[in-house]
Amino acid sequence: MPTHTFQLNGETVTVDVEDDVRILWVLRDVLGVTGPKYGCGINVCKACTSHINGKAFNPCAVPVGALGPDDEITTIEGLADTVPGDGLHPMQEAWLEHDVAQCGYCQPGQIMAAVALVQRVRAERRAITEDDLDSIRNVCRCGTYPRIREAIRAGADQM
Amino acid sequence: MGKSLGPVGAPALPNAVPPPAGIGRRSFVGYVMGGTGLVVAADLALGAAPARAAGLPIPSVPQIPELYDLNDFLTHCALPTSALIAIHIDEQGDAHFALPRMEVGQGITTSTAMIIADELDLPLERVHVTLAPARRELLFNQLTGGSNTTISTYTPIRVAAAVARKALLDAAAIQLGALVETLTVKGGVIFDLLGNALPYGEAAALAAPETTRQVEVELKAEAAHTIVGTPRRRVDALDAVTGRKRFAMDLTERDVPGALPTMVCRAPDLNGTAKEVRNQAAVAAMPGVTHVAIIPTGVAVRARTFGQCIDAVRALDVVWNAGTVAGRSSADILKELRRAELPLAVPKLGATTVEGEFVFHFRSGSALEPNCAVADVRADSATIWGGLKSPIDAQSKVARALRLPQGKVTVNVVQGGGSFGRKLFSDAAIEAAHASKAFGAPVKLMWHRADEPRQGRVHPMATSRIRATVLLGSVISFEQRHTSVSTDFTHGLGERLTAEVAALPTGLANLGFSETIFLLSQELPYDFGVVTQLLNESNLDVDRFNTSSVRNIYSPDVRCANELIVDRLAAKLRLDPVAFRLRYAKSGIVKRVLRRAAELGEWGRAMPAGTAQGIAIHKEYKGATAVLVEIDCRPETVNRKVRDAVTGPRVTKATVVVDCGLAINPLGIQAQMMGGFSDGMAQALSYGNHLVDGRFLEASWDNSAYTRQWNTPFEFRCEVLDSDRKEPGGIGEAGVAASMAAVACAYARATGTMPTEFPINFHDPLHFEPKPFVPPVPESPVNGLDHVS
Ligand code: FES
Ligand code: FES
Repeated sequence: MPTHTFQLNGETVTVDVEDDVRILWVLRDVLGVTGPKYGCGINVCKACTSHINGKAFNPCAVPVGALGPDDEITTIEGLADTVPGDGLHPMQEAWLEHDVAQCGYCQPGQIMAAVALVQRVRAERRAITEDDLDSIRNVCRCGTYPRIREAIRAGADQM
Repeated sequence: MGKSLGPVGAPALPNAVPPPAGIGRRSFVGYVMGGTGLVVAADLALGAAPARAAGLPIPSVPQIPELYDLNDFLTHCALPTSALIAIHIDEQGDAHFALPRMEVGQGITTSTAMIIADELDLPLERVHVTLAPARRELLFNQLTGGSNTTISTYTPIRVAAAVARKALLDAAAIQLGALVETLTVKGGVIFDLLGNALPYGEAAALAAPETTRQVEVELKAEAAHTIVGTPRRRVDALDAVTGRKRFAMDLTERDVPGALPTMVCRAPDLNGTAKEVRNQAAVAAMPGVTHVAIIPTGVAVRARTFGQCIDAVRALDVVWNAGTVAGRSSADILKELRRAELPLAVPKLGATTVEGEFVFHFRSGSALEPNCAVADVRADSATIWGGLKSPIDAQSKVARALRLPQGKVTVNVVQGGGSFGRKLFSDAAIEAAHASKAFGAPVKLMWHRADEPRQGRVHPMATSRIRATVLLGSVISFEQRHTSVSTDFTHGLGERLTAEVAALPTGLANLGFSETIFLLSQELPYDFGVVTQLLNESNLDVDRFNTSSVRNIYSPDVRCANELIVDRLAAKLRLDPVAFRLRYAKSGIVKRVLRRAAELGEWGRAMPAGTAQGIAIHKEYKGATAVLVEIDCRPETVNRKVRDAVTGPRVTKATVVVDCGLAINPLGIQAQMMGGFSDGMAQALSYGNHLVDGRFLEASWDNSAYTRQWNTPFEFRCEVLDSDRKEPGGIGEAGVAASMAAVACAYARATGTMPTEFPINFHDPLHFEPKPFVPPVPESPVNGLDHVS
C-alpha cells in the first residue's frame, strides 16, 4: 500500500492507504481525527470543511494522493494553535459567546469556513457584507444560521 | 469512598407520592439510598400531574387539548411505570445525573443541569448530566418526544436535588455541631455561622447511610432561583466548537475494537429489497473491503474506510425486487388522499363561506448527522451505540431482529446530531445489528447522504380542507378535514396506548393512535362557533412510506392552513389580521404573545409593493407562540441567482414571541425558536420531496432545499415572555407551526395569491438534475483543490 506524508495540525504524519481515498476518511477512519464531519461526501454540505495551507477546502473531495509532504492540513482540532496564546481561536470564542451550537454536528465546519471567509475578505481590504454571509454554503439542519452570522461578525472583530 | 451506586442500579421502590398539601409550599418525598457514596433519588412520575383523566367532562365547546393535551397524555403514560431517577454526589462534591432522555441539540442536558445546580446551590459546571442507556424498567418513561422532556422531568429532578441538599446539610450539621437551620451553602460549600466550612464532597462521605431512608423535602421558592430563568450557554458548547463533541460515528477503534465502516447499497425503488448480488466476490476483493452481505434493507459492505464502502456500494451489481410504491408519483398519492377525505358537516353557503384546500408534500426528516449506529453482535448478546430517542424500543426491536432475549441487548445512547423526529426510530441500529450478525464482526454503520431523502423517514404527505362560515359579521363555524398518509407511531408509544386508552377522557377510547395524537395536539385557538377538526389517514401506507412524527407532527400543516383561512376571514370582515385575531383569540396567553409580536415587529408599518408582513399564532406544549415576518417577493429578489440553489422569496426579518411557561434557560429557548423558524420557513417555501415513479428524486442537500444562509432573514429576534405559569412548557417544536404559517400568510399578502400547495415551489421546474438511482450513491469528487477559498 502506498504511504503518504503530509502536515496535520502542526505535525508530520505518514499513512499507509490507497491513493484515491479521500482525505476525510484518512483523517477520520485511519488517523482518528474526528472533528471534520461527514454530511454528504460530495462537497455540498461543507460539514467537513478544514484548511489546506491556510485556505478552506473540503477533504471529502480530495484524494490523499493529491497531498505533498509540505501541504499543511488544519482541522478544527488544530485551529486554536494557529493563533498565539494558549486559548481558543477568536472565532471559537465568538461561537461560545453567541451560544451558536445546537446539536453541534455542523459547527466544526462552520467555524473553519468562517475563519477562511474573514481572512479572504480581509485580504481584499474590505468589511464583511450580507452577501459574503449569504455565500456560505454550510448546512445547519438545526437552523442556527442567524447566530452564525452574528458570531462571524464578532469573531472577525477579534481576528 | 469513590465507588458509588449508579442510577441504573437504584432499586425500585414504592411510588413516592406528594403528601397532602399543607400550608405554604408543597413538600415531596424522596430517598437517600443506602450503600456507598451519596445517591439520592426521586420518582420520575412526581409532580407534573396531568389533568385528572377519570371523570373529566369533555364539554362540546372547548377542544380536547385545552383540557388534556398530548403532554398530559405523555405524562400520564409515565405514571404507572414510575421508577427512580437518581443523583449521585461524588467525592469532589460534584453532582452526576443520567438523564433518561436523548440530547439531540435541543439543550436538555443544559437545562437539566441548571435545574439541579439551582436546587443544590452548586455551580453549573459542577453538575454533570449524561444520557442514560436503555432502562427497560422505565418503559414509556424513556421516550424523547412531544417536547415533553422538561414538562415531565422538572419536578422529579428538583425533588432529587433537594433531597441531596438536605442530606448534605444534615450531615454537615452533625460534623460542624451546628443547627441545620443556621447553615448556608455557597458554591457547593456549607458554612456555619462562625464561618466554618465543609465542602459538599466531604459532607457526601458523611451523608451516605447504610440503608435507604425516605425523606421529606420542600422545593426552593421560585424567587430563590439564581440559575433557572437566566440565560445560560450550552454545557457542551466548548466540546462542540473544538471538535471534541463525540457523536456515534466518532467512536473509534479504542471504544469498539474492530467496528469498521459499513454502508448499505440500497434499491432504486423506495423500500426495494435485494434479490441477488451478481459480483459479490469481485466487490469483496476491492481495496479495503472486508465483507459483503445481503441484509433486509439492501446489501451491506464493510471496509477499512467509508470512502472504500462508497466505492464498493457503487461497484455492486445487484438484482433488486420492486419497492413498496413502484410506479407511483406524488400526484397518485394526492388522488388517494382526496378519496380518503372525510366530508365537511356544514354545507357550503354561497357568499358566506370561506374555503380552502391545501396540499402538503412529503419532506425529509434528515438531520445533518445521517442515520448511523455502531453494533457488536456476538453469538448470544449484542451491544449497540447510537443516538436513539426511544432506546427501550430500539432494544426490543434489535432483540427481535437478532432473535435474542431483550435482556441480552445493551443499548448505549450517544448524543445525536439533530433528530427532528427521525431518531425516535432505530432504523440504523437495526440495520447495524443485521450487518454485524451477517458479517460476524462489529460494524460502524452509516447511511450515505443520498439515502437520507430517498429512503429515510419523511413527514407524511397530507391534504387539509377548511370551510368556515361568516354570518352577521361573525365567524359561526370552522371545519377542517386533515387527511394524511399514515404516520408511523410504532416507536413504543403504540403499545402503551393500548394499556392506557381506557383511562383517557371519554370519546378518545376508540380512536386509533394517530387520531388520538391529532386530537390531543390540535387546538384551534379561536372562538369560531362550531369547530370540528378531524384527521383521516389513507391507511394504505403503513409499510409503503417510511414516515415519522417529524418535528411538531401535524401542527405545521394544520396551522398553516388555518392561519391562511383566518387571514381570509379577517379580510372578509374588513378587519386587520392582528385586530381580527385579537378579537377571536380564545385565551389570554395567545393574545399576549400576539400583541407583543405585533409591537416588537412593528406590525402595520408601510412596506413597498411586492413585500409584506405576515403574522400567525400557535398554542401547544402548554404555551403559545406568535411569529411576525417580513417577506420580499419582488422579482429582483425572487430571481437572484445562487449556484445549485433555490432562492425565491426572501424572508428579510422575523420576530418570534413565546410564552412557554417557566423559562428555564431563555437563551436555549431562543435557540430552539430560531431552529423551529428555519424549519417552518423551509417547509413553507422550498423544502419538499418529489415522488416520481416510486422513487424520491432528492439525493443531496443541494436537491432538498432546506434553509441555507442565502434564505436566512437578515434580522431574527426572539423574545421569551415572563410567564404566569410556574411550570415549564415544551420548546423543542413550539416554533415550527407559527413560523410556517406566518411565512405563508406573508407570501399571500405580498403576492395577492393565497398559496395552497407546500412547499410553494413544488411545481417549479426542478433546480437540479436528479442523481442516478443505480448506483444509489454518487462518487465523491476529486477536484476539491480547485475550490479552495
Ligand atoms: S462531507 Fe464534505 S462537503 Fe459534505
Ligand atoms: S447545530 Fe445541528 S446541524 Fe448545525
